[in-house]
Amino acid sequence: MEKTTVKKIATRDAYGQVLVELGHENPDIVVLDADLAKSTKTAEFAKVFPERFFDVGIAEANMIGMAAGLATCGKIPFASTFALFGSLRVADMIRNSVCYPNLNVKIAVTHQGLTLGEDGASHQAVEDIALMRAIPNMTVIIPADATETKKAIRAAANTHGPMYIRMGRPSVPVLFDDSYEFEIGKGVQIREGNDVAIIATGVMVHIALEAAELLAQEGIQARVINMATIKPIDEEIIVKAAQETKGIVTAEEANIYGGLGAAVAEVLCEKHPAKLRRVGVQDTFGESGKPDELLQKYGLTAENIATKAKEMLK
Amino acid sequence: MSTIAEGKLAELKQRANHIRQEIVKMVAAANSGHPGGSLSAADILAVLYFHEMNVGPEKVNDPDRDRFILSKGHASPVLYATLAEKGYLPKEELATFRRINSRLQGHPSKKLLPGVEQSTGSLGQGLSTANGMALAARLDKREYRVYALLGDGEIQEGMIWEAAMAAGHYKLDNLVAILDYNHLQIDGNVEDIMDIGPVADKFRAFNWHVIEMDGHNIEEIVAAFAEARTVKGKPTFIVAHTIKGKGVSYMENACGWHGVAPNEEQLKQALAELCAQGGDK
Ligand SMILES: Cc1ncc(C[n+]2csc(CCOP(=O)(O)OP(=O)(O)O)c2C)c(N)n1
Ligand SMILES: [Mg+2]
Repeated sequence: MEKTTVKKIATRDAYGQVLVELGHENPDIVVLDADLAKSTKTAEFAKVFPERFFDVGIAEANMIGMAAGLATCGKIPFASTFALFGSLRVADMIRNSVCYPNLNVKIAVTHQGLTLGEDGASHQAVEDIALMRAIPNMTVIIPADATETKKAIRAAANTHGPMYIRMGRPSVPVLFDDSYEFEIGKGVQIREGNDVAIIATGVMVHIALEAAELLAQEGIQARVINMATIKPIDEEIIVKAAQETKGIVTAEEANIYGGLGAAVAEVLCEKHPAKLRRVGVQDTFGESGKPDELLQKYGLTAENIATKAKEMLK
Repeated sequence: MSTIAEGKLAELKQRANHIRQEIVKMVAAANSGHPGGSLSAADILAVLYFHEMNVGPEKVNDPDRDRFILSKGHASPVLYATLAEKGYLPKEELATFRRINSRLQGHPSKKLLPGVEQSTGSLGQGLSTANGMALAARLDKREYRVYALLGDGEIQEGMIWEAAMAAGHYKLDNLVAILDYNHLQIDGNVEDIMDIGPVADKFRAFNWHVIEMDGHNIEEIVAAFAEARTVKGKPTFIVAHTIKGKGVSYMENACGWHGVAPNEEQLKQALAELCAQGGDK
């Protein structure tokens, strides 16, 4: 299933493309942005469907409220900005205007986590997964590559309910071809192995595959699971991994508190206690730098994942 | 109208010119950052730091120092260049802008760099902090004044209007908000995206004293701040009519230069133009 291609596409670019496709297919799709249309790539949709695109200016709270209103009238609004401004900035609006009435609003954010890069800590959302996961009715999805982004956005458009879809700024390897099947709420095993399991999301998925390569060189077979949906989490695939391997490493581009690692820990504690190590941002703010430098400095690397995996085999 | 001596006027012009040169150099070196909105604010910051405000590297912890908040935090280059010009940090350090392990973060970090009064970057939040500082001065019976620079796109944020209401309500006459009215934001003209006009009337209605000035005319900037000092019982809102990218011909009024770095060739041209405008003798 995984391919050894080196082709790289940013998930936000795939988002811009699939929005245009959806715009042609479904006249109810509307798009909102808060003065970041060129960066989030909603500008692609704006070019083709100017009458269904609303740039509200730098007013994210108003954007979420307008999206909620549009949804009450049967529209399928995609509201986009950077991850930070589409989550922490507007947490109460999302909770009370979107999730409480269970409206069909898709909050599709880009520039997630540390790999936003040079803009630095003020713009690097590492808390958004935890926050969005805590709101009832919310679905949280983090696609790993361009292919999965397109499929996830399509699934979001075709499934009722509030969703938070988190995408990235830099180009990342294309891991999947068109035969890849995406289903909301389902993890996908993308590499076999019964010594340890690595459960990763978003940009960390291709890094998890690298970690599995490193481990294989030492004779350790690591299973890799792409967990694109953080909520609702795929409990079955987690329990199976716990039963069939000696321990689990989670990997995410976010604070270890409240994110993927925490979600996996919750499932394990209740269903099948097992060894667990969490690779992620260790409860700290980020900083300016190039995406790769930041992943390195904050330990979001294949080497670190491999080290954590080996700890559990001792 | 001029309230300053010839010599001071010449100095302030030269300071602003130096600041502009450092802005383009810094952004070019980082190959990242926001030149347009930094250049539009250079004259305002030159007057604030070299004429209007009681500040300096030796006073970073002085409780009586004046406070400046760059609410439009993406214009960090203008703040860093001004702080360097004033001696808060060595000019060589400007080359570390936006690099890993640097104190010069993409957006200003209060914890990292002395002289930065508030961390900003998430737009719309600086005026509320300024309100708090101004209220604290009143509570502590201190004479310091508080200045906040806002973007014209930025004031589309609802939080700005909450802060504007509060400042009028509390009659914060030690507070001055300056609007960098350069008519551009990222996606286009402010008027087309979400018009803020008539902005002077709006702030008057929120119980502010409003002054309009040419944000690139040093004498007018000096005079506006002097007038603000005479206002009692109201905060002052200064509408600075500016040109985004001011000083570099190809950046002026060009939306595309909001957050893009000049290449080597463009940097050379920018520096040549700025030098010709009388920076260095
Ligand atoms: C809350 C928030 N939303 C969006 C952004 C992204 N952003 C950075 S600068 C900018 C445009 C600012 O325009 P303006 O206030 O007019 O600044 P200037 O023209 O002076 O550069 C935007 C939307 C942000 N930094 N913060
Ligand atoms: Mg502007």
